[in-house]
Amino acid sequence: MLHVAAALLLALGTAGGAAAGASKGVDCLSCHADQSLTDQAGHSVYVDQAKHKASVHGSLSCTDCHSDISDYPHPEKLSQVACETCHSSEAGDVDASMHKKAASPSCLACHNSPHEIVPVSDPRSPVYQLNVPRTCGTCHGNQDFAKQHGLANVYQGYMDSIHGFALNKSGLLVAASCVSCHGSHKILSHKDPQSRTYRTNIPNTCGSCHAGTKAEYFAGIHGRKLNAGDTKAPVCIDCHTAHQISRAENVAWQAKTPATCGSCHKKQLSTYSDSFHAQVSALGYVEVARCGNCHRNHEILPASDPKSSVAPANLVATCSHCHAGANASFVSYRPHADTRDMKSFPALYFSARFMNLLLGGVLSFFGLHTILWFIRSVVHQAGNHASVDTNA
Amino acid sequence: MPDLILEHEEIVEQSTTRTYYTRFSLGQRYLHGVVMATFLGLALTGMVLRFSRSGWGSSFAGVVGGFGAILFFHKFCAVILSAAFLVHLGDVLHRGLIQRDKGTFWGPNSMVPNLKDLKDLYGHLRWFFWRGPQPKFEHFAYWEKFDYWAVFWGMGIIGFSGYIMWFSTLFAKVLPGSWLNIALLIHGEEALLAVWFIFAIHFFNTHLRPGSFPMDLVIFTGSENDAEMKEKRSGEYQRLAGADQLEARKTFAPTRWLKNFGRTMGAAVIVIGFVLLWLTVASFVKGQ
Repeated sequence: MLHVAAALLLALGTAGGAAAGASKGVDCLSCHADQSLTDQAGHSVYVDQAKHKASVHGSLSCTDCHSDISDYPHPEKLSQVACETCHSSEAGDVDASMHKKAASPSCLACHNSPHEIVPVSDPRSPVYQLNVPRTCGTCHGNQDFAKQHGLANVYQGYMDSIHGFALNKSGLLVAASCVSCHGSHKILSHKDPQSRTYRTNIPNTCGSCHAGTKAEYFAGIHGRKLNAGDTKAPVCIDCHTAHQISRAENVAWQAKTPATCGSCHKKQLSTYSDSFHAQVSALGYVEVARCGNCHRNHEILPASDPKSSVAPANLVATCSHCHAGANASFVSYRPHADTRDMKSFPALYFSARFMNLLLGGVLSFFGLHTILWFIRSVVHQAGNHASVDTNA
Repeated sequence: MPDLILEHEEIVEQSTTRTYYTRFSLGQRYLHGVVMATFLGLALTGMVLRFSRSGWGSSFAGVVGGFGAILFFHKFCAVILSAAFLVHLGDVLHRGLIQRDKGTFWGPNSMVPNLKDLKDLYGHLRWFFWRGPQPKFEHFAYWEKFDYWAVFWGMGIIGFSGYIMWFSTLFAKVLPGSWLNIALLIHGEEALLAVWFIFAIHFFNTHLRPGSFPMDLVIFTGSENDAEMKEKRSGEYQRLAGADQLEARKTFAPTRWLKNFGRTMGAAVIVIGFVLLWLTVASFVKGQ
């Protein structure tokens, strides 16, 4: 209140001895409270005192940041404010980040107008959780900028994703924004092993919210392989993508899951494709089994593991999810039978070859029969023209 | 113009004074009608699943109301076709075993193949190469018997494998579940054979070949005239004429509405069949 009172007194031109003990900020505002005040280049140097007072820096005096001013009048050109004087840890993080290496945006690029910085928990802050995507999007949602800097244009993908939808449409504070995965100041390239988005760190990054799924993932074969040092083991983004993450209930996404798993499991996709399950799911309907319905989605285990959903002892339970009344005989059905594999599926193999012969034989014989008949009939009709009125 | 056509047809019918003979009974025509309609429904909904990775497959599925609708319609047609099959089987067995009608299993009006069919096939092939006269075909020629038995066998195989899959958990109580793998394979392949055979070879042999083109209406009207009979089934014509039995086969000329009904139905089925033939062959070649 002392500051406000002092400023008011000054503004009224009754300075007098009131300056004694007051901060230097009071003196500055005798000029910078003027909205029309500009520097030589014509930029406004007006400071909105009320907003500054309400900002996180409201208790600081002007010269705490503008430390190269000691006297009035001060030089026309001042040196840049060094945020790192106080925020050394954040500044260090930014210095180590991609942003330092790339376009090197200043603190203000994200934190907005220097005199009006509000706490991150304030909905007016550009780095408030719900505002983060739009703030990052000023550069990363700009196609030309993204192209210039060799960045993937991920903004729209994120905005349409389940995370973007939850954040923007529902205003859900727990939904992931850019900083939830990439961090805020120390944003590192996904190629940097220290990065939260480095391949092998991704399950932990996603797992910081999706703790249950993370536990399932690491219990499954993909997570186990990753832990064992197999960097090719799939991580979250390999199936869910990094930015365009869809709701798992989304039918179009579900219908695509066989192709997603099949990008690695090629033989299994090929044999699945011969099944009724695949025929229906290829039409875009998900009333039938896709990979995850039998193998689970995250806790995927090989059939040799007794805990696996496709372990012989668990098959009846797994198939019974859809096929009520399935018994031990029923589960001897092979969802991945291969008609070309004589050793593993002899009955199916020979049935398939028999059907090939039957189709080939019948269609070739009658196809040829038909062609010959056609030619002969045309000639016959030409010679036999007058007599028959067949359709009368 | 319609008046002109009307007069023209009446004049033709009066002036030629064709004699008409019954070829198919009303029951046979109804049976064919039911088989034709349900086969078309089964083929359309089944081929959509067989070629589910093709664009036309998912489009069709979307139009008819999704997978649930397809499966419902497929099973609906299957049940009607199965019923027609059983009624026919019952009729044949009743005629043959209870009424002791020997003509059911043997003789010129029977569907059972005989030595003459082999001779006719040989003779027909010779005729194709100008090596002999056209065989004198009987009531049912060898390719017509093949059509019949192909459908008969097809219904047994496709029907049985279909019901295995429909009631899979029930069947698994008596049969090994690995039969389900074979059931789908046979169901799909035999169905593909049926679709291609009917929409290419049956259509040509019966309707599109010179002599019948564009359509043989006998399955709709039930009767054909003396000229057609002499040309297509001279063996039967001569046998009946020689035994003085032609008179008993005599019937009225088909009415205009019946012929138009036959033309409309037949043309619609042939067009749909050709479209499906083209789509399935194209998808098959593309490996979809």
